[in-house]
Order: sequence, then C-alpha cells, then structure tokens
Amino acid sequence: MIIQALAFYVFAAIAVASGVMVVASRNPVHSVLFLILAFFNAAGLFVLLGAEFLAMTLVIVYVGAVAVLFLFVVMMLDINFVALREGFMRYLPVGAAIGLVLLAELLLVVGSWSFAPKAKTIADSPIKAPDELSNAAALGKVIYTDHILLFQASGLILLVAMVGAIVLTLRERAGVRRQRVGVQIARRREEVIEIRKMPASGANVGGAGE
Amino acid sequence: MASFFSTYALPTIIIVVQIAVVVGILLGCVAYLTLAERKVLAAMQLRMGPNVVGPFGLFQPIADGLKLLTKETVIPSGANRILFVAAPMLTFILSLIAWAVIPFGQGMVIADINVGILYLFAISSLGVYGIVVAGWASNSKYAFLGALRSAAQMVSYEVSIGFVIVTVLLCAGSMNISKIVEAQRHLWFFIPLFPMFILFFISGLAETNRTPFDLVEGESELVAGYFVEYSSMTFALFYLGEYANMILISAMTAILFLGGWLPPFDIAPLNWVPGPIWFFAKTCFGLFFFLWARATLPRYRYDQLMRLGWKVFLPLSLGYVALVAGVLVYGGLV
Repeated sequence: MIIQALAFYVFAAIAVASGVMVVASRNPVHSVLFLILAFFNAAGLFVLLGAEFLAMTLVIVYVGAVAVLFLFVVMMLDINFVALREGFMRYLPVGAAIGLVLLAELLLVVGSWSFAPKAKTIADSPIKAPDELSNAAALGKVIYTDHILLFQASGLILLVAMVGAIVLTLRERAGVRRQRVGVQIARRREEVIEIRKMPASGANVGGAGE
Repeated sequence: MASFFSTYALPTIIIVVQIAVVVGILLGCVAYLTLAERKVLAAMQLRMGPNVVGPFGLFQPIADGLKLLTKETVIPSGANRILFVAAPMLTFILSLIAWAVIPFGQGMVIADINVGILYLFAISSLGVYGIVVAGWASNSKYAFLGALRSAAQMVSYEVSIGFVIVTVLLCAGSMNISKIVEAQRHLWFFIPLFPMFILFFISGLAETNRTPFDLVEGESELVAGYFVEYSSMTFALFYLGEYANMILISAMTAILFLGGWLPPFDIAPLNWVPGPIWFFAKTCFGLFFFLWARATLPRYRYDQLMRLGWKVFLPLSLGYVALVAGVLVYGGLV
C-alpha cells in the first residue's frame, strides 16, 4: 500500500510541477514537452485508480496525436524572445487584474464546493471486480446503454467540428495540375500510343546528318 | 522484514532479471538483424555482403558497434543540448519498453496487462517524439524538414493501424495480448482478415520509416533526414531504435495475424516445437518482408504517401471495421 501512496505522490507532484512549467517556461517547445509530461503523469494516476483503459486512451489520443500536432505547429513558430519580454511592466497591471479575477472565481468555486448527495453511494456501489469485467467492457456497458444520447451528441459535435475545419481550409485553386490516379489507371494503351509504319526510302535508311 | 522481502523485494528482483533477459536477447537480435539486412540485400543484388570480419562476417555487428562507441559525439553549436541528447535516448527507450507486454510463449510475458494491445499502440504512437525532438533540437534545416515529414507520416498511418487493431480486437473479443493469441487457436486471423493483414504490414513499413516510405531520411534531398547532425552513440541509438521497431512491428504482425506462439496445426510433429520458436520464426518471416521491400521498391513521393494513407487506407480499414462488426453481430458469432 505504501508503494501505491508513494507512486501517487510522485505522479501528482510531477503533474503539478510540469503544469507550472508549461506556463513558466520561456521556450514554447519546452512548454509543449512539459505538457506531454503532465499528460503522462495523469495517465499514471489513472493506472493507480485501476482505470487502465482511460490511461491508455489518454496516452494514445492526447500524447500520440494532439500533442504531436501542437509540437508540429509550435516548432514552426518564429518567435523573437527579446520582443516577447518587451513591455512586460506595461502589461503587468492588466495581467495581474485578470489573474486576480480568475483567482477570486476559483476561490468562490472551491468555497461553495459540495459533493453531490448521491456521490457516496455511487462510489460505494459495487462495479464488478476487475477480474470479472474488464475496464473497457465496463465503460462500454455504461456508455452504450445509459448515456447513449450524450455519447452520440458528443460524436455529432465532433463531426460538425470536422466538417467546419474542412470547409474552412478546402479551396479549389484554378490552374493547379493535380494527379488524378483514377484517370491515370483507366488509360488504355490504344488511347495514348499510336504505331505508324514509316515509309522506308532505301537510300536514306541509316543515313546520318540529314 | 521477511514479508517485505517476499512481497516487494523478490518480485522486483524477478522482474529485473526478466527485463535483463528480454533486453539482452532483443539487442542481440537487433545487432544480427543489421547483418541479416546487409546479407539479404547483397544476395538480392548478387553481391557477397560483409564476409571479412569473422566466419561469414558474423562478427561484423560487433565491429560496427565498437566503431560507433569509440567515435566522438559532436553536438552542433546552435543545438539545444539537453533535447539533442535526450531524443535518441527517448527513441531507444520507447523501442525497448514496448516488449514488456509481448508474450513469447504460453504465459511467457513480463506484464500480462488487460489493455496490452492498447499499450503497444500507445508506445508505437510515441515513437514520433524522438524523431521530431531530434529534428528540432539539431537546429538544422534538413533535420527539421525530415522531422516534419516524419510527424505527418507517422500520425497519418497510425490511424489505419488503429482501425486494423480494432478489427482484430472485434474478432478476439479481448485487448489482452495472450487472449488475442489464444483466440487464434483454430484459425489464424490472417485468413479471415487478409486485407487487414496486408494493410497492417504496409502501415508498419510507414510507421517505422522504412522503404518505400523512408522519405523521412530521403538521402537525395534531405542528406539523412532527422539524424543528419548525430554521430557516434547518439546516432547508434537511433539506428538500434529503428531496427528494434522493425522487430516490434513484425512481432505485432505475428501476434495479431499469425497466431503468435501457436503452431500452424495442433498435430504431432508441429506441436512438439516450443512456442517461443514458432514466435521467433514468424517474426523472422515478417522481418524478411521488411528487407525484401527495401531491396525491391522505389521511394514514394510525398503527396502519394499522404494520399495512400488518408484516401486509400483510412476508408478501406474503416469500411472493414464496419464489415467485420456487422458479420460478427448478424452472423451470430459473438
């Protein structure tokens, strides 16, 4: 048990520390790398909870795909670090004011925090033991039965976002030659190659320099 | 104290020994895979291949390793030193830790976890970081271009690998790798899922940046791609990582489609052979295809690579997922 507690504190401490470093580090690439470290430690916390499926999904989706694209974009930014630090004192009051507002809101949320009355019973209600029902199966049983509408709705929202992204970026430019594989494959030999007999005139055959 | 020893210390020691054995065998295989590659390529091009160091050139990998160890590690002046050195380590570590969940035989696995195949998928999707970080930290335009190509390529082909894995999971009904292998006791999955088998192997070529998808290191345009600035052991770690990943993809092919450690037929002479030998043989079969492809095929053009990934493999694998799920449900097989 003590090892588990120790692991929890290690994962939690690194997750929080790397979360701070995401904001604090000067170089945006380092920020993204710290973000990835934070994701990993969150996955570690999921494993400690016994939610191995969620842990793996977190690594696959966030670290394996989302953060790669973040890194991809951030690396191509051309950032001037000197210009970034200019006017620090000028923007300080505004930044501090926004920070204070957010802090006050957070304190309000924490102050009025209360657990849902049913939370205790839900947490205690026996989900089948891990050796009877695997993580993924348990999740599937809940998602595809009780919460199917919410699940479908979130899928639709993602679909709309995808369609939106495609509509915004897809444009047909005129005068661009594109490879059309279907046309290339559909071409027959007879359409493109024509063999003609040339009249051979005896004296000039093989004659050079004409 | 005695309970501490039996609950924590002893399992830790056992696991460490298991890890040491697996890593040792794997590194030996990686070393001799480099030799096998040169021999196979030589045979396909009617050459001798390395045959000077030791009998039939068998000590060539050792000589190569010693040469790389004794060279100087050069860190470019504009490079980000920490990330520059960390990137090859990351690539190498990722190529090794995936082996924790690979079963070599019945029950011969370090960590028999429930989400084994997801773990493998997660680890293989992390491989891109070593490459991208190396390209960025080198502070060199060729390395950076190679890294960007690689990021786009690996993310694209991961999608179809994911769908192929889903079809196998649908058929096996479990994400535990040992159970996936056991589900193939009567019929190896490459027969009902033959298109997915081919697709997985081709995506594996792209995922490991091997020919014909090696434009990440296209030497004619990018010098050597993301590791152009690396030398000595840092280069060797990339090299070892690439070959270990090839072995991993072949092992995954063997597990998902060729029945892992199971013999082809459960009859007398075949089931006398121990499981790990079958597993090794099937992995070697996959590896030979990697080398064969390298000797045979020209490199893809970048837009064709992307087209193949997104416009051909993605719809095909997605359609097959739907088809397999439909057949399983309406055929009454689940």
